[in-house]
Amino acid sequence: MEWLTMDCWSPYAVGIGIGVLSCLAFVLSDKPIGCSTAFARTSGMLEKLLRGKKVHEKPYYQKFAPVVDWEWMLVVGVILGAFLSSMLSGTFGSEWVPAVWQASVGPSPALRWVVALAGGVVMGFGARWAGGCTSGHGISGTLQLAVSGWLAAVSFFAGGIATAMFIYYVLL
Amino acid sequence: MLTNIHSRKPLQLVVGLALGTAFGFLLQKGGATRYDVILAQLLLKDFTVVKIMLSAVLTGMIGVHVLRSLGLAQLHPKPGSVGSSVIGGLIFGVGFGMLGYCPGTVAGAAGQGALDALLGGVVGILIGAGLFAAVFHKIHDPILSKGWFGELTLPELFKVNPWVVVVPVAFLIAILLACMERARV
Repeated sequence: MEWLTMDCWSPYAVGIGIGVLSCLAFVLSDKPIGCSTAFARTSGMLEKLLRGKKVHEKPYYQKFAPVVDWEWMLVVGVILGAFLSSMLSGTFGSEWVPAVWQASVGPSPALRWVVALAGGVVMGFGARWAGGCTSGHGISGTLQLAVSGWLAAVSFFAGGIATAMFIYYVLL
Repeated sequence: MLTNIHSRKPLQLVVGLALGTAFGFLLQKGGATRYDVILAQLLLKDFTVVKIMLSAVLTGMIGVHVLRSLGLAQLHPKPGSVGSSVIGGLIFGVGFGMLGYCPGTVAGAAGQGALDALLGGVVGILIGAGLFAAVFHKIHDPILSKGWFGELTLPELFKVNPWVVVVPVAFLIAILLACMERARV
């Protein structure tokens, strides 16, 4: 069982595994794997705590009700799975500033937090605008040969590459 | 189709959790839950993330289309439009470059102890999704519905049998992966 405690697997083994998981999701649950809708539902749940039942009147939450569903449990599973994998390989550890960021930007946790938070806001907004994320469009959409998936996936990377290059090669 | 399993809600929550756990485990083992690996991809220095995605798409595309031919699965392509998929995708990309995780890998990163993912990324995505819910009805007609094509797939667009697209796309992905190996990226 040495493979379970390895730090890193071949990207091809990991990719084939994710492809098999996608097939299992279609057969067992009749659903494509995705992650960002769960964030929209959670956001609705939090808003419900503050504003009460009025949240259900928002057109968006009539489309995506703020409830725990299959995909919500999938995202909980992702947290759990990554925790298990990192515990088994001994790589689990709390960290504020990733090494690449620290080497180029600096060691300040506050600056990393502000940019991560702002990036998260923009990404959460864009994911719902596009109706999916790197999993729902980038993997599940493209493998179904969905036009929306291919367009979104290319746009994700075009925007991501341009932004990362702007931050690392222009700003820094 | 296993429709008797699909309609059992509590069982489906367990299936979701199990599949998600396997997904998170794989993402972590592949390095995709690390900011450093995702940024190296976006800076085009290391193609680990694209290798994972392309081999997942290759495997899943062939698998799902075989299952569909056997009557064991049906497709669920997301609807889209130019205004939604392209503009939304570019906005997502800007956030992707700043955060260095995506909504799936940010969850995995939080699980392996990355605090910038948990307290920055996850919180930010929740705020961003909430903001979108607030403006959804305002941008729906003027932007999201522009260039609407719905739940269209490439085989439907070209009006061909799905395998006419699956086979060349599979070869194209295999060639791309081979090129990445030769270029040692």
